[in-house]
This record gives sequence, C-alpha cells and structure tokens, in this order.
Amino acid sequence: MMDLDPTGLARLQFAATALYHFLFVPLTLGLSFLLAIMESVYVMTGRRIWRDMTQFWGKLFAINFAMGVATGITMEFQFGTNWAYYSHYVGDVFGAPLAIEGLMAFFLESTFVGLFFFGWDRMSRVGHLVVTWLVAIGSNLSALWILIANGWMQNPVGSVFNSDTMRMELTSFWDLIFNPVAQSKFVHTVSAGYVTGCMFVIAISSWYLLRGRHIALARRSFTVAAAFGLASALSVVVLGDESGYVVTQHQKMKLAALEAMWRTEPAPAGFTLFAIPDTQARENHLEVKVPWALGLIATRSLSTVLPGIDDLVDEAKQQIRSGLIAYDALERLKLSRSDEAARASLGAHAVDLGHALLLKRYVEDPRSADDALIAKAAGDTVPDVLTMFWAFRIMVGLGFFFIAFFAFAFWLASIRDFGRHWFLKLAVWVWWTPWLAAELGWIVAEYGRQPWAIAGILPTFLASSSLSVAQVLFSLTGFVLFYSTLLVVDIVLMRRYILMGPAAALGGAGHSAARPAPAAE
Amino acid sequence: MAIPLDYETLRVVWWLLLGVLLIGFAIMDGFDLGVAMLLPFTARTDTERRTAINAIGPVWEGNQVWLVLGGGAIFAAWPAIYATAFSGFYIAMFLVLATLILRPVGFDFRNKFDDTRWRTFWDYALFAGGLVPALVFGVAFGNLLQGVPFRIDGDMRVLYEGSGLFELLNPFGLLAGLVSVAMLATHGAVYLSLKTEGPVAARAARFLPYGAATTVILFALAGLWIAIGIEGYVLAGPVATDGPSNPLLKEVGREAGAWVGNYARHPWMAIAPLLGLAGAPLAAVLVRAGRAGLAFVASALGILGIVATAGLSMFPFLMPSSIVPASSLTVWDASSSRLTLFVMLVATLIFMPIVMAYTAFVFRTLRGTITGEHIEHNKSSLY
Repeated sequence: MMDLDPTGLARLQFAATALYHFLFVPLTLGLSFLLAIMESVYVMTGRRIWRDMTQFWGKLFAINFAMGVATGITMEFQFGTNWAYYSHYVGDVFGAPLAIEGLMAFFLESTFVGLFFFGWDRMSRVGHLVVTWLVAIGSNLSALWILIANGWMQNPVGSVFNSDTMRMELTSFWDLIFNPVAQSKFVHTVSAGYVTGCMFVIAISSWYLLRGRHIALARRSFTVAAAFGLASALSVVVLGDESGYVVTQHQKMKLAALEAMWRTEPAPAGFTLFAIPDTQARENHLEVKVPWALGLIATRSLSTVLPGIDDLVDEAKQQIRSGLIAYDALERLKLSRSDEAARASLGAHAVDLGHALLLKRYVEDPRSADDALIAKAAGDTVPDVLTMFWAFRIMVGLGFFFIAFFAFAFWLASIRDFGRHWFLKLAVWVWWTPWLAAELGWIVAEYGRQPWAIAGILPTFLASSSLSVAQVLFSLTGFVLFYSTLLVVDIVLMRRYILMGPAAALGGAGHSAARPAPAAE
Repeated sequence: MAIPLDYETLRVVWWLLLGVLLIGFAIMDGFDLGVAMLLPFTARTDTERRTAINAIGPVWEGNQVWLVLGGGAIFAAWPAIYATAFSGFYIAMFLVLATLILRPVGFDFRNKFDDTRWRTFWDYALFAGGLVPALVFGVAFGNLLQGVPFRIDGDMRVLYEGSGLFELLNPFGLLAGLVSVAMLATHGAVYLSLKTEGPVAARAARFLPYGAATTVILFALAGLWIAIGIEGYVLAGPVATDGPSNPLLKEVGREAGAWVGNYARHPWMAIAPLLGLAGAPLAAVLVRAGRAGLAFVASALGILGIVATAGLSMFPFLMPSSIVPASSLTVWDASSSRLTLFVMLVATLIFMPIVMAYTAFVFRTLRGTITGEHIEHNKSSLY
C-alpha cells in the first residue's frame, strides 16, 4: 500500500494530520450554525433559555474550535515541508485559493470568535448575534476555499503547463472557482458538517432527557438539531459529490473503482449492493446488484455509458504514449529554449505530460519504457478498489441512516414527544457515526485520488520533498503523539463539560453580578 | 483578460505585500508571543497569569491569522520560496508548528481544571508557544541573510544539502533569533502596560527599559556584523525583471558588504534601520510617561523597522543559495505567474481593508484594561 520511504511516510503524515483535523472541522461547521440559530431565537424572543443554550453549546464549541485551529496550522505548512515539489509545481494555481481562504474566511472567523466568547456584555444583543453569524459564515467560507483548492487537485481546470518555469500556471481564475467538482464537494462537505453538529447536539440532549436533567435546554436543543439535521442529511445524500465524478477521466476511474466496475456496462449501469472485489482476477465475488441504479445516481440519465476500469486503463495507456511525446519535447526544450518545433509539440501533448511522469516510478527516463512498463504504469492509475468499494458503501449506508434518524427525530420533536427511551438511547449510542462517515468520505475522495497528487498532472511519488526517512519519521511520530495526547485531553474536557451540564458550566460566569440561574430545569 | 499591470511591477508589489504580511504578523501576533514569553516573569499568582492571558485572550486567534495568511500568500505569490524554505528548515518548522499547536489548546484548556499542576503545565506550554516561534523565525532570517545550502535541478526540484537544525543555530543565526525574541518580548511588555493594571503592568513596565536596550544593542550588533562580517549576494549581469520565474537563468556573485549596498544606492532606505533603533527605546520612554497607547505605536514602528531592514538589505534576493549562488531565489525569478499575482492583488485590495476595519472594530469593542477584580469575577467565562 505505502512504502516506508520518505514519500510513503509523508503520505502517512498527511493522512494522519488531515484525518485528525477532520475530526474537528465538521463539528465546527455544524455547531457554528446551530449556535447562530439558537442565538437568533434568543434575540427574537428575548427568552433567557436560548441565550443559555447558545453559551452552553458555545463552551463545547470552544474546546472543539481550539483543536480545529491547532490541527489546522499543520495543514497550512505541510505542503511546503513535506511536499516541496508539489508546492513548486502547482503553487501558482493551488496557493491562490488557500491564500484567499485566509484573507476572506479564516480572518473573519478567527477575529470574531474572540468576541463571540468574550463580547457578551460588551455588545448589544443584535450586535452579538451578528458576530455569531459572522463566525458561522467565516467557517463555512473557509470550507469553500479549501474545497476549491482540493477540487482542483481532483479536476485541474483553468491551468496549463509552462515549460519555461517547469510548473502549472493559472489561465482562468473563474474556471478554478467554478470548478464543478469543487462546487459539489463544498455542498457535500459542509452538509456533512451540519449533520455532525446536529448529531452531537441530539446525542447529548438525549442523554440529558434520559437522565431527566436540563430538560428545558435539552428539548429545545433536540428540536433545533432535529430540524437542521434532517435538512442537512437530505442535502448530504442527495447532493453527494458523486455527481461530480463524471466530468473527467480520472474521476471516472474513481467512480469505477468505488463501484468495483471492472468492465463497461450498457447504460444505465447497475449499483452493486454487496461484493468482494478481487483485484488480482479483476472481478467481484458474491455480487448483489440493483439494476440501473448506479447509472441513474451517477449520470442522472438512462443513456450515458459509464466506463469500466479495464477500458479506463486502456485509455491511460494512450495518454502515457501521448505524454511521452510531450516529455520528449520538454527535454529538448531544456537543451534549447528556442526550439519552436519542440514547443509546438509540447503544446499539443501537454495535457498528457503527467501520464508520462507515471513511468518515473520505474525508469529515470520515461522515454526508455517498453510496452510492458507502459501497461504497468497504466495499471497504476487504478486506485485501491477493495478499500474504495467498502469505504463508499459504509459512508452511503450511514447517509441513509442519517436521513431516517433525523426524520424520526424531527417527527418526535414536532409532536413534542421527548419520552421515547429507545430512540434517546439510540441517539446516545450512535453519536460517533457522522465522524466515521466524514473520515470515510475523506478516504474515498483522497485515497481514491491515488496515484495522483494532482489528477492526471502530477503523480504523488514525485510530489514530495527531498527529505530523509529520519526527518519525516521524526515529524510524523511527533505529530501523531502530540495530536493523540491532545485528542485525549479534548475528549476528557468535552466529557467533563457535558457531565457538568449548562448550569455548572456557565455557573459563576457572572457576566453581570446578579445573574439568575439558567432557566427552568 | 488583459492584465493592467506589468510583471515587474506586480513582483515589486508582492515583495512589498510579503513585507506587509510579515510585519503584520510580527506586530499583531508578536505581542501575543511576547506576552506568552513574559508569562512566567510578569505574572506569578494564578490571577496574575489569567490577567496576562486574558489581555490577549479575545484577540490572539485573529492575530495568528497573519501567520496563516503569510504562509498562504507565500504559497500563492512565491511558491518557490514556500517550497524551499519550509522543506529546507524542516525540523525548525516542526518545532514552530508543534509549539504553535500548544497555543490554541493552552488558552482554552488551561482554565478548565482548577488544579495548580494542570495550570502550571499550560503556562509553560504557552511560554514555549511564545518563545520557540519567535526564536526560530529570527534564526530563519539570520540564515536567509547568510545564504541557505540548497540547489535546484533542471526539473526545478529543490535539493537541500544542509545537515539539519544545528547548522541553523550558527552564531549569526542565533543572534538574529535573539533580536527577534528581545523585540517581541519588549512588544509584549508594552502591550501588557497598555492592557493590564496592577502587578502585571508594573512588572512589565520594569522589564521594558531592559528589553528595549537589549533589542537595540542586539539589532545594532547584527547590523555591524552584516556590514563587516557577512558576504552578501549580488546579481552578476543583467536579469530580465519580467522574465519567466526560473531561478536558473541568472548568474549570482558574492561580495563582502553587499547587504549594505542598497543603503548606499538609496539613502532613504536608511529610515528602516533608524526606526528599528528608535522604536523600542521610544516605547519604553512613552510607557514611563504614561502614554501606553503611543508606546504601542512606537514599538510597532520599531518592529516594522527591524523586519524591513532585513528585507531591504537583501532586495532583490529572497533566499540566496550558499552552495550554488545561481540557484538563489530572487524577486525576479521566484514569483507566481503574472495572472496569479494580479488576481491575488485584486483579492488583497478588496479584502485587506475589510479585515483591517473589522479588526479595528473588535479592538475598539474590547477596549479598556483587564484588572485582577475582573478576572476574579469571571472564573469560568474568561480564560
């Protein structure tokens, strides 16, 4: 799967730090909007309980937010430390959305989050509400720009290779922003965050309801989270980012891999409910299929054909051959920048240059590769089918579970029935499921991007820095130990504040000297 | 789309903006780092420590974005620098990140248990989160000025040939690191004088003259060393200032005193080192005169002067290579494409004023000093 060379270790480090970061980000995305909704009700009705709710969930938000920021700092600099060639090769395009994220979103979120926590008695009610909304909007805008950057890794639009600088350069900022893959990823990811926030609030509220504690706060929180959760769960499934998987060859490969669809099927293709993919024999065992379903989900049409893995590998061979022409032209240009014939040849085949680079895994000079090696490199374009297939199925299964769960919760809240113990217990038991779905979603999207760092442009094994194993091992071990310790502290603190409950957590807060106890228990 | 600015101008503008971001970080997050460094010295009891922590509590998060944005802007506008500096200074960057990670959790977690050992642990974590980044950033600048052992191959892959962390900790690198520590500790002390009352403010005020003197002496020493003891880098032969960003198309030479050449050619540039020398002492005098607000401005100008001195001395170099000088990264060959620089400039011109406006609003809303009574009164709503 991964080798213990510097690149393999750098990949492990990226996966570990991204997966840690992604434990906290979805909750920030979801909770920030829930806080904004709760405080809006407070400002509209003037009822104290809604302010207590905002502040209590805000305490838990603060613990989570700190971890999100702590793990996010590493992500920002990791491209430079571990992925220097990547940074050089695509910084011209990829860096821009990251920088704009800081400028437009992270600044907004981080500057106002301090006022959210400490500005309660320094601002009018409406003023503070505006601050809370700005934090929520900032964190969601942040996700937008990060996913624009990530969407470009999946579907590198609006850019071209420049042989003078040996890198990808931006040709259209609008194409970068309105990349269809980025747009669908954004909606899908923030919706998943809202589901996470809602599940968090419902699970804790259910626990309070079961214990008969903090009933007023728990019922209201349950209701808000059920309504927002239902809308979000519908959004996360219906607007799943599979819709973006048909636009490019590489995304088609990802789709074929996560469906374990080895051979092209007549449209509309069936959806495989269960199978054990066999990557050696290139077929599935114990397959259970729903006819037509995949074609309908993925293409929203009855006639569009979805190519299978074998056909896509054949396409990759063609691209490698075309890429070799570009590679040869590029080498000639390095010798003489005025070689116009080479420049023209490179221009015609530049889109396939990345495919020729796949050969660098096996030979120093790709031009010396024979047919067998080209076939081998083309075979590398297939991601890990078994992992993809099951990660995707569990994620989608959880997605449908969330719809059912929040629909029932919403119905309970509508009829004001907060006494169904079996459901409350279920809610307490399944609190962790959105995190599992989110982490699997990351695996499907990013592990499924392999062998590419930038789909079709830059293979992962070329993208890393020139570092020693010892260096990367040191930082990998350091971050994992560090993050794991902090995660334990984070969970202990979360638990402590949940057990304390709102009265004690906010108690003695004394925003004003004669502050009444939180409303009716 | 026709880009209304030529490549050379865009590169100079982004060199200036890089300076703005680094100086913005040093001024805004610098006082957070400084307060954290001074924590064990200016604040002894728990209430005092909470006073100091809460003086920066509501604003440090926003301030840190200057660093995040700085990283993002280097990635977007100077990708070659981003790739070379962060992979070259690998273990140093790890130390910075590891200690910076301690800050958000330190601020938020410290107050969550009423236990002396727990709180003392986080006090020292915050102390490290202030001291280590300040030191490492200074050391990094010190090494940039001496040149860094990297070369670039024909595929534009950076090969760093240094031996690691300890090589960075050479005498001049350490001196630059100490300049940074002294400068930010002084800045933090000015901020504490401005935002706190009682024993914390008193100790900060007592520290100030020493901090300011140390800053000025070390800065002057570093300046002399650069003028006399360190070979700078010069472009040998003509360079296309609007050419492609390919660092291998030029020749570079080394000369003693080259880093002060810019001041001889453009005497107005001397305003930067003069500000760097005057800022901290002026801040100390103003605090004594009871004008802490003005002192903060003076201290910020001092920081501006010191960071700008480093940048102006090296212009147009950004990251010279000590082993293959021709691989050095300069303003003319390490930037992004013209389109990216332009798009990023438009984004900056739109959003930077907005950021400044709401930052000013937040500081205004949080105006006033933090007192011990206020801290005692808000046991769980404050840090």
